[in-house]
This record gives sequence, structure tokens and C-alpha cells, in this order.
Amino acid sequence: MKLFRLDRLAWIFMRVSGFILIGLIFTHLTVNLMQDGGVKAIDFAFVAGKLADPFWQWFDVTLLWLALIHGSNGMRVVIDDYVYRPGVKRGLFVALGVSTAMLIVLGTLVIFTLDPCPVGSPAELLPSFCSAS
Amino acid sequence: MFRGTLYRGHEGMWSWVLHRITGIAIYFFLLVHVLDTATVRIDPHLYNVVMASYKTPIMGLGEAVLVAAIVFHAFNGLRIILVDMTAWASRHHRALFYGVLVLWTVVMVAFLPRHLMHVFGG
Ligand code: HEM
Ligand code: HEM
Repeated sequence: MKLFRLDRLAWIFMRVSGFILIGLIFTHLTVNLMQDGGVKAIDFAFVAGKLADPFWQWFDVTLLWLALIHGSNGMRVVIDDYVYRPGVKRGLFVALGVSTAMLIVLGTLVIFTLDPCPVGSPAELLPSFCSAS
Repeated sequence: MFRGTLYRGHEGMWSWVLHRITGIAIYFFLLVHVLDTATVRIDPHLYNVVMASYKTPIMGLGEAVLVAAIVFHAFNGLRIILVDMTAWASRHHRALFYGVLVLWTVVMVAFLPRHLMHVFGG
């Protein structure tokens, strides 16, 4: 018997992350689909305004990491259930791991490096605070 | 076809099949969603053009289906967690599954009119 059970850790992670994701996703959907004009109100100014606030930066980063790791770990189980050929299985696991890592890096960079007032962009596309001074 | 499950037949199997299908669907949405959100970092105008495709009637219906899938996966996931953790919930897992369907209906009834109004209203 192994001392350190990775399966057990994954099992616990699915439950803890799932529980936290309920709050994060329901909030995400309420703010982006229900508030004000709903999906029609989403544009660069809306997103840049949100991500200028550290609260939403950390909120989105937590959502990004938890949802991607929870989802890809779930997909690992699904692949494990339906793919029998070892070579194909290993290939899919690698593809899953690589794409998850790339999306986590990309999404994290987007959240923390977004410039809400890029120079040269027309003011009507930007959040109102860009033209404040 | 559904090998490798502990559940067999009836509510147990249906909730398991639905949980798996919704999980997979949300996962593929999330792959695309992180990429479409990333265009916000490239150019404001580009992001607005990409987001415009989310505002069409067909995508609006797609968003409704996505939300339906997530709300089910969330409440059913909570049921799975409870059933694994407490003896009371594992005795009543069938009743809890109907509880999931009731909660799902309540949330969708609250969500759909407002969302569809945003999508189809002026
Ligand atoms: C909303 C909050 C969520 C909760 C409460 C939740 C809960 C759960 C639970 C308890 C499991 C079962 C894990 C196991 O049997 O070991 C699971 C599986 C899974 N979840 Fe989630 N989850 C949530 C969100 C998500 C999201 C956002 C995604 C996609 C990105 C996702 C994708 C999956 C997948 C693919 C599986 C594997 C299904 C299977 O093995 O049949 N879930 N979830
Ligand atoms: C149709 C429904 C959805 C809409 C309209 C929507 C809209 C948005 C918008 C406008 C952003 C930009 C940042 C922000 O507003 O905080 C965003 C980011 C994000 N959304 Fe959603 N979202 C939806 C569903 C979801 C779901 C179901 C998930 C989780 C499974 C999710 C996960 C994320 C993540 C992780 C980010 C940050 C991406 C990054 O790091 O660049 N979204 N979403």
C-alpha cells in the first residue's frame, strides 16, 4: 500500500473545489448575466472596469484555477473510464495536462496585466475613469 | 456502455450520467471562454467584436443551456458531497435527487425570464 495516495487527494480536491466553485460561479453569472443589461452590457469598458479592482482580480484568478483544475481532473477520470489503449490514454493525459497548464498561465497573465486605458484607443471604448484627469 | 460506475439503474444512474455530461460540456465551454476572454488583453475593439457574437439570439439560447447545465452540476455535486459525507444523506440520496431537481427548477425559473429579456428585448 502506498503511503501517499494521489487518488485520495484528488477525491478530496473535487469536493472542496466544487463547494467553493458554487459561490464563485453563481456570483460570476449573476454579475455578468443578470446585473444591468446582462450579456448585452459586456464590453471592454465593463471588463477593464472590473479588473481594475483587486477584488475582482483575485476573484477571477481563484475561479480560473479552481474551475480548470476541477474540470481537467474530472476529464482525467472520464478519459480513464472510456479509453483503453495505454498509448492513446497517455497521449490524452499529456494533452489535457499541457492545455490546462497553458490556459492557467494565459488566464492569470490576462487578469494581472490588463491595461484598462491602453494608449491610442478611442475613449468611448474605455472605462470612464480613463478620461478623468 | 457505462462501465466503471458504482451506480446502477434509476435515479442513481440518471444523476450520474447527467453529472458527467454536464461536467464535460462545462469543461469545453471553459476552454473557449478563457481564450475569448484573453482577447481583452489584445485590443478593446477586438474584444467587443468577439463579445458581440455572444449577444446573438442563438448564443443567448446557448447561454441558457449552459446555465441550466451548471446549475444542475452544482446542486447535484453538492448532493454527491453530502451523500459521501453523512449517513443521513446517503440514506436519503433518492429524495435528495428530487430536491436537486426542485432547486434547479426554482433557479431556472428565476434566471430564464430575465436572461431571455436581455437577449430578445430591445
Ligand atoms: C459549480 C460547482 C461545482 C460542483 C459543486 C462540482 C462538484 C463535482 C463533484 C462532487 C464531482 C464528482 C467527483 C468525484 O466523483 O470524485 C464532480 C465531477 C466533475 N466535474 Fe464538477 N463541480 C462543479 C463545477 C464544475 C465545473 C465548472 C466543471 C468544468 C470546468 C466541472 C467538471 C466536472 C467534471 C468533468 C467531472 C467528472 C465527471 C465524472 O467523473 O463523471 N465541474 N464535480
Ligand atoms: C454565459 C455565461 C458567462 C458569461 C457571459 C461570462 C462572462 C465573462 C466575462 C465578461 C469575463 C471577463 C472578466 C470578468 O467579468 O470577471 C469572464 C471571465 C472569466 N469567466 Fe466567465 N462568463 C460566463 C460563464 C462562465 C463559467 C460557467 C465559468 C466557469 C466554469 C466562467 C469562468 C470564467 C473565468 C475563469 C474567467 C477569467 C478568465 C481569464 O483569466 O482571463 N465563466 N467571463
